Parts: sequence; C-alpha cells; structure tokens
Amino acid sequence: MTEPALALEALRFRWPGRGSFGLSVPGFTMAAGERVLLLGESGSGKSTLLSLICGIVTAGSGRVRVGGQDLAALGAGARDRFRAERVGVIFQQFNLLPYASVADNILLPLRFAPERRARAARGEARELCAALALPERVLGSKAGRLSVGQQQRVAVARALIGQPPLIVADEPTSALDAATQDSFLGLMFDRLEATGASLLMVSHDERLGTRFDRVVRLAEIARIEAPA
Amino acid sequence: MILRLAFASLLARALTVGMTVLAIALSVALFLGVEKVRTGARASFADTISGTDLIVGARSGSVQLLLYSVFRIGNATNNVTWQSYQDIAARPEVDWIVPISLGDSHRQFRVMGTTGAFFEHYRYRGGRALEIAQGQGLGDLYDAVIGAEVAAALGYAVGDPIVVSHGLASFTDHGDQPFRVAGIVARTGTPVDRTVIVSLEAIEAIHVDWRSGAQRPGPATPVERIREMDLTPSAVTAALVGTQSRLQVFGLQRWINQYPEEPLLAVLPGVALQELWQIVGVAETALIGVSAMVVVTALLGMMAMIFSSLNERRREMAIWRAMGARPATILGLLVLEAALMAALGAGLGLALLYAGLVIAQPLVDSAFGLWLPIAPPTLREAAVLALVIAAAALTSLLPALRAYRLSLADGMMVRT
Repeated sequence: MTEPALALEALRFRWPGRGSFGLSVPGFTMAAGERVLLLGESGSGKSTLLSLICGIVTAGSGRVRVGGQDLAALGAGARDRFRAERVGVIFQQFNLLPYASVADNILLPLRFAPERRARAARGEARELCAALALPERVLGSKAGRLSVGQQQRVAVARALIGQPPLIVADEPTSALDAATQDSFLGLMFDRLEATGASLLMVSHDERLGTRFDRVVRLAEIARIEAPA
Repeated sequence: MILRLAFASLLARALTVGMTVLAIALSVALFLGVEKVRTGARASFADTISGTDLIVGARSGSVQLLLYSVFRIGNATNNVTWQSYQDIAARPEVDWIVPISLGDSHRQFRVMGTTGAFFEHYRYRGGRALEIAQGQGLGDLYDAVIGAEVAAALGYAVGDPIVVSHGLASFTDHGDQPFRVAGIVARTGTPVDRTVIVSLEAIEAIHVDWRSGAQRPGPATPVERIREMDLTPSAVTAALVGTQSRLQVFGLQRWINQYPEEPLLAVLPGVALQELWQIVGVAETALIGVSAMVVVTALLGMMAMIFSSLNERRREMAIWRAMGARPATILGLLVLEAALMAALGAGLGLALLYAGLVIAQPLVDSAFGLWLPIAPPTLREAAVLALVIAAAALTSLLPALRAYRLSLADGMMVRT
C-alpha cells in the first residue's frame, strides 16, 4: 500500500510566549499524487500549519507524517535535511533571494539535499525554466530584477527541481492578476503532471478549486486556539 | 555556492557594506601604518650607525649623546677638548677615530665638521660605506660635501656656493667665508642625507673672528691669512671610535668614562639605542593601543550594521530555512559575511597602506629622516590581518546568534 503524501494526526501546537495563539488539527490525510486546495482566510493558521508540515516547527503533541516519515522522530538537523530532500516550498511572494541569480535560486535546495541533487538531471533548471515559459537568458539574471509573475515561476522551478514528492505552496497566486494567475497555475500543474508530485496549496481564493482533486476548508480540519 | 551567495548578499547592500568595509580598511591601514612607522623608525635608527664601537662626548646622558652626535637631534651641553680627543686617539685599543664638530647650520640643515676619516669609517645599514654620487670629497678648506636631501631640497649642484650660518637658529652668516659644494653624497636614508659636511679646519676657519659666541668687532680676517693659520681645533663635539677588537670595547669605555682630565662619556651605540627604545616604548604602546581601539570601533560598527539589517533580512532567512538550511547555516552565513567584509577591509586597508607609503615615503624621509621601507607584508602584519578577520567573525557571532534564534522562532513566516 502506498504511503500517504501527508498525514496529520491529533496535532497540537502553540507558538512560544505569552499571548501566542495555538493550532490543533485532529486529522488530515493527503494521498500520494493528490492536489489539495486548502482554503483559509488571513490569520486562520495557514502559515503555522505549513511550518509544521515542513518540520520547521514541531508539534507539542500528535504526529506529522510526510511520505510515511514521522517528523517528530527526526532530530532538528535531520528534519531540515528531510525537508530539503522531500518538500518543495513556494511562498506567496518575496519567494526568492533577490541578490542571487535565478539559477542559484533554483539550485539552492539541492545544496542541502544530496539525494535530491543526485536525482536532479543536468540541465533540469534550464528545462524547468523553459517549461514554465521563462526565457533561458533569465537564468543568469538577478532574481530581484524579474517581474512578480516571473519570480513566482522561478519559485515553482525551485520547488520542483530534483522532483520532491510533496510541494507546499502558500498562496502563490495572491500577488498575480487574474490572467497571469491562470497561466501560472496552468504551467505549474503541467509540471506536477510530469513529476507526479503531490500538491498542498493554501489560498483564500475559492475560484481556484476547479483545478484541484480536493478542496478543503482549513476551518474544517483545524481549530485556532486563542492565546492563553 | 554559499560563498557566492554571501558575496552577492553583500553586494546587494553595497552602500552600507561599503561604508563598513571602508571603516575597517581605514582602521587596518592606521594600525599597520603605526606599526610600519614604529618598525621603520627603529630600523632607520638602528641602520644609521653601524661598525662604530663607541661614541664619545662630554658627560651627559647616553641617549642625548647618541641623539646629537649621530642623529643631529638636540645639542651637546659641552665639548671634548682636542687634547682629550688626542689622548683617546692615542690609546692602543683605538683602531680609528672620527671627530665631529657641530653647532652651525645652513638653512634648515646642520653643518658638521669632520675629517676624511668620516668618509672612510662611517658605516650605515649593516656596514655600507658612504658614496660620493657627484663631485668629490673634502679637498680645499672651503669645500663642503652635502647630503642627498640637502641637494634635493635646496637644488644644489657641485660647484654651487654655500654660506654657513652661525649657530642653529641664527640670523648671522659666515658670509665672508663662503663654501663651495665639492660633492654630493649618495642617498643613505640616514641623517647624513640632511647634513652639510665640512672639514674640522673649516669650522675653525669660519670662527677665527668669533669669541664666546659673538663676532669680534672690526674688519674680518682675510681668507688668504686664514688659510695660512694653524686651524687645529681646540675642541670637538663628539667622536666616533672603532676599536682594534670588540673585546677591547668595554675596557676602552671604562677608561674614557674614568678619564681624569675632563668628564667624558663613552657609550655603545646599540646600548644607547636600547635605552632610547625603553624611553619611547611607552609612547609606542599607547599609539598601538589607540590604533587597536580604532580597529575595535570599526568592528563594533560592523556588528551594529549586521544587527540593524537583521530585521529586514528575516524574510530571506525564512527562505533559507524553507529550502532546508539549518539554523546553524544561517549563523554561519552571517559569520561568513562578516569575515568577508573584514577580509575585504583588510585587503583594502593593506592597499591604502601601501598607497599611503608610496606617497608619504619621500615626505617622511625629508621631514623626519625616517625611511619607511615598502616591503611585502611581514608575517606579523599577516598575523594582524588574520586576527582582524577572526575578530570580525567573533564579533558577528552576537548578531548571528540572534539571527539563529529568529530563524527558529519565525518558522515559514516572519513574526514581528
């Protein structure tokens, strides 16, 4: 039986410090290759949930399993390495290191993920750029000089390079206009189709739901716990 | 890749980073400059006299005797009578003796009366002898041999007339007995470059009509008559002595210091120099301390710059973390950036130092007689640069640790 791409079990987390909010997720599962749109308003705990899924913060109780691996069973360093190997991340904006070249931005996660680096084919960055309709000449350009739409496509290329099994995207279309959003999602889904990666995308835009296998409201699976 | 990204990150903040690097560069240049001047001064002083076993003068302080006799700094409080000089010269331990008579000047340069033995026995910079670059040595009574700096500063050439002034800050010239530039000594980097050398007899000749420091009233004695006079001096200011054997130096020194006819002082140049270093050592240490504090200030400025940039870089740190970078990588990145800034500052500081040396070398030489060598960095200087870079890395640990904690606390979002 194939392991789920992501499984959250009786998850509870609270940010440290007085007055910080908490988040609890009784249960949530994503099948391998599944594309899930997680709908949530601002302040609904989306970024906290993504931090937990990526293993950047750890839950107080419960489990986060990515590809069957319980993140709590890994030490801090191993979690960072696991994230680099297995998860591609796309932020909503300011996704890239503006001073670095596009090529360096795309190749950055490989620096921390030897297995993913081994999987990445030579010239994959160039192929991804071409597939995402980025002209080849941008590879050497500083990322900060690209348009917002181009930067988001570079972020997708970075998330996909080396074919990580899980892509986590935090409102990647929020900074794009409607026409650009559509073509951006089209290009991203084409690439996901090619790699077979699972996608968990957080957004507050319900109209995007038609492209996904499943649409889940964050409020249905998670509860925000008020400051103590 | 990390190094390239660290460089790119610094370049992206070119203005603030540039100012920080410049501050480090200037502080490093100052620190190394002080060190260069210090070692240059020591080397220059030590190189000024070589092969002379004893310096003899009237009894005063050994440092004072060294300064006025060799470096033409300050004045003698008394003279050595010619008879005493002769007695010393007659000692069996003495291989050679060079008399020195000081007291007059030409423009801003000292005039020194001596004999041909000075050109024969005076050695500098590890045994190098004086060379006459143009013209010849002292021949006629009114011949003067000038140092390279005198010639350069006053534009003198062989054959030019020179009028010696009485004393060191006097408006009275020995205009009735002008000298002629007979030769120019090749540059030595020692006080000889700033000296007008005449014969001992010439010093007597220009003072024929002087008594007790004042010119006798009445007509001047004709030069022709002076030439026929016995111009043996009654006293000299000091003498440089070479012994037959190094083993005899202390014996001769004791004999001179206990000379019953007049109070004399004989010093070993090396020992007197050591005393001089002990005196100036405190000032040297203070100077090094101040310049080290300037380096520390520049590094603290760098730390403040890194601190102030942390908040605006939290998003960048979150990206690094999301890509799999460990918090230790974030810490290392900031330390690497600080080390790069310090390395750039150290390199630029070194370049500024050498540019400064190229410009200042002739100026310092002519103004202070210090020859600052332009040589590749010494091991000590390289160690100083390495220390600055290490200190910068250490200093950056404080903001880097804060970045480490922030990157742990922020997760995938920047929480403010």
